[in-house]
Amino acid sequence: MAHAAPPSHAILGAAGFDLPSWDQVVRVVMLRDYNTRVVLLGTMLLGLAAGVVGTFMLLHKQSLLGDALSHATLPGIGLAFIFGVAAGGSGKSLGWLLAGAVITGVMGIGFILLVRRFTRLKQDTALGIVLSVFFGAGVAILGVIQKMQTGHAAGLESFIYGKTASMRSADAWLIAATAALVVFGCILLLKEFLLVCFDRGYARAQGWPVTTLEIVLMAMVTAVTVIGLQAVGLILIVALLIIPPAAARFWTNRLVPMLVVAAAIGAGSCAIGAGASALVPNLPSGATIVVVAAGLFLLSMVFAPTRGVLPLTLERMRLRQRIARQHLLRAIYEHAEHAAGPAARGGHVPMRTDALMRARSWSAPQLNRALKTARKDGLVEQTPSGEWILTQAGSTHAARVTRNHRLWELYLILFADVAPSHVDRDAEEVEHVLGNEMIDRLETLLAESAEAGRPGEVPASPHALAMAVHSPREDGKPGGTR
Amino acid sequence: MTWTMLDTWIVVAGVLCAMSCALLGNFLVLRKMSLMGDAISHAVLPGLAVAFLLTGSRSSIPMFVGAAVVGVLTAVFTEWVRGFGKVEEGASMGVVFTALFAIGLILIVQAADRVDLDPGCVLYGAIEMTPIDLVGVMGRFVPRAVVVLSIVFAINALFVLVFYKELKISSFDPGLATTVGINAKLMHYLLMTLVAITTVASFEAVGSILVVAMLVVPGATAYLLTDRLGTMLVLSLVIGAVSAVIGHVAAVIVPGWFGFSDTSTAGMMAATAGLLFALVMLVAPRHGIVSRLAHQAALRLRIAREDILGLLYRQEEVGGRSATATIDFHRLGIVTGTGPIMGRLALLDLRRRGDVVARDSGYHVTDKGRSHARDLVRSHRLWECYLHESLGVGVDHVHASADRVEHFTAPAMREEIVSSLNEPGRDPHGEEIPRE
Repeated sequence: MAHAAPPSHAILGAAGFDLPSWDQVVRVVMLRDYNTRVVLLGTMLLGLAAGVVGTFMLLHKQSLLGDALSHATLPGIGLAFIFGVAAGGSGKSLGWLLAGAVITGVMGIGFILLVRRFTRLKQDTALGIVLSVFFGAGVAILGVIQKMQTGHAAGLESFIYGKTASMRSADAWLIAATAALVVFGCILLLKEFLLVCFDRGYARAQGWPVTTLEIVLMAMVTAVTVIGLQAVGLILIVALLIIPPAAARFWTNRLVPMLVVAAAIGAGSCAIGAGASALVPNLPSGATIVVVAAGLFLLSMVFAPTRGVLPLTLERMRLRQRIARQHLLRAIYEHAEHAAGPAARGGHVPMRTDALMRARSWSAPQLNRALKTARKDGLVEQTPSGEWILTQAGSTHAARVTRNHRLWELYLILFADVAPSHVDRDAEEVEHVLGNEMIDRLETLLAESAEAGRPGEVPASPHALAMAVHSPREDGKPGGTR
Repeated sequence: MTWTMLDTWIVVAGVLCAMSCALLGNFLVLRKMSLMGDAISHAVLPGLAVAFLLTGSRSSIPMFVGAAVVGVLTAVFTEWVRGFGKVEEGASMGVVFTALFAIGLILIVQAADRVDLDPGCVLYGAIEMTPIDLVGVMGRFVPRAVVVLSIVFAINALFVLVFYKELKISSFDPGLATTVGINAKLMHYLLMTLVAITTVASFEAVGSILVVAMLVVPGATAYLLTDRLGTMLVLSLVIGAVSAVIGHVAAVIVPGWFGFSDTSTAGMMAATAGLLFALVMLVAPRHGIVSRLAHQAALRLRIAREDILGLLYRQEEVGGRSATATIDFHRLGIVTGTGPIMGRLALLDLRRRGDVVARDSGYHVTDKGRSHARDLVRSHRLWECYLHESLGVGVDHVHASADRVEHFTAPAMREEIVSSLNEPGRDPHGEEIPRE
């Protein structure tokens, strides 16, 4: 569905984009155009290589080095152009310009290392100085070129913002070859890079050539940055080095899966971004690629199961709920124990809501939520008079919870010399995270002492249960609902 | 070049921008946030675009507000990604500012048909156009950029003066700042807000590249020259202003040397600041490369000198005063870790000082040299005793350590060792410890 009005007459915001026709979409998606094929393949490989190299840079805490490096390429591009023109050519051969970019880029990295080695300035300042000064020099050189009589500078600007559409097949092959080399190198040096990135000191002590490896890594970053200049521009190439690895970090804690995810996100965002840019007029390719990558980053940050914000928050909420339930069950259980003596264990003594409320320092909504979910799961029941009583399943569960609590209390009293009057609170800090294995070990440790009782039996509380004291806590601190 | 009123206004605008940025930049450098200026100056792009799309006008105030808001949001988002996502600080900044910049580029390209909002203009600025856009102030026509930048500089200076103590404490020790009741977080966001305002106010006039450079380079240069915050602030202002003046002159003159016409003033100002930094990095009195290397070389020379004296003294002990000593510089270089050339230099220096004389195709210590050598050998052997007896180091292992510390042992330290060991007569190897 093509938009009727040409873009220049469209009203801003309401119809900012000219939507492509179905035919166009099919052409791009099916890779019918040779040009589209070249551009998509080139940028995808670029994204893949940037994702792989960027992962190592992220783990090395050197993410922003690419930023300084890419800015430092500008004066090289300008100088290469001037020398190219002076030598009689047009000065616009891509290989020639990129060679210039490499030279000043490497000079920039050298200057960063020099500043860090010989002055007391930190990494961030070294990066900032190189970035701004080299870029400033580059702008000054471009300023000279713009006023030159021979040749014109049009096209050099595309290195700043990127211009994928102008990519020719030779450029795509250059990107493909470099990307393949970089990825191959990374696979070959996987173990070495891993060691250097995670524990530089250990790697050095083990006799690895740490400095050489770091130089190899820098060389790879330089290669990716320089070939990326044309595709996404020197300001946004750094995004490809940072965003996919940072997004991949949310999905896994292991290096190899992280490399794969980063490469996939890099390649994917490049493909989608370049494709969209080819379809929609006035959509700059570099920026679109970065926006797609940023979108994937946001999705990863929120939803990724391993380290995403949402799963982690849900897990924390579940833990909090579990703790609240354990507190509830033990409160009813201990109430019964207190009211009818150990013989009446099992929590089959009805307890009023206000008594429950006083048993711990929890808020009414917290208690109500715990009661509601526990009733839904069939652990507690309400008597006709509105009092709470444990079901059979609830009683078993409560016995186990209480037993864990008391085993830990006993351990603290016997082995850690904690006074019986203090163990209750200390035990609450850990009882919810004790695994079965830990309980077994506690049982073995406490097997000697008579208080622990037989396996499977709830030991008597090592301190007075005194329900009255249990109500508003003396210290006024909120109870162990956390 | 012929200096005109235009040049004056360009330089005044450049100096004001440089000083505004340099003032805040000191704190960015100290807080290890030098790249925040870079991040904010890129990230304000969508703020400009959205302000334009919302109001439909290119008037300054909505643009200014939009950009400043996004500038502060950059700092906030960076903090979120770092805090909630647990992403390393540099990377989280990188994610945020590149994403915002990309969004800004897309919005601007979409709007490009309708408005002259060239991203290039934002980056390089058009400081050369400063004198054209005039406003009346007190009956005189002054470039608008100069008025705006003067106000920004006044605000920044006031901020630094009023919150000097708070900025100082929270920059050097945020933990301490919190303990003494200073809201370090508030200071952080106030600083970020001012960086954003300065960036936005400057780039229309001078371009963001100059802003980024002036936020980092003068502060970093001043940091190499002094250890006092007050001095550092003043120095950074001077360095910023000087780079701006020289930068403009260079933009007009330097390309002429190569047969080109003039070039971008903002770029040249940034490059000049970089050259000044490189110069200071080389020759700064205490933190400069030259003075540090010179200091190291002097130390190495002294160590080599003292090692030669010790060698000659020990040879005299074995063979008597008439014994002729030859010096194997290669071996000396290996033993002292300074290389054979340093050994020869040291010997020359010793002879110049009159500590050693050449006689009978060998070398001898003079009386003056001998007294110095005796102190050294005494230090060495006292240390060996101390290491062996008080620290339980094996006899075979004490020499190397003693060899290193003997050069840094003052008489008072020797006396302490003597009194703690009850005046030992011989070292663990059985050699006599010379008396002073």
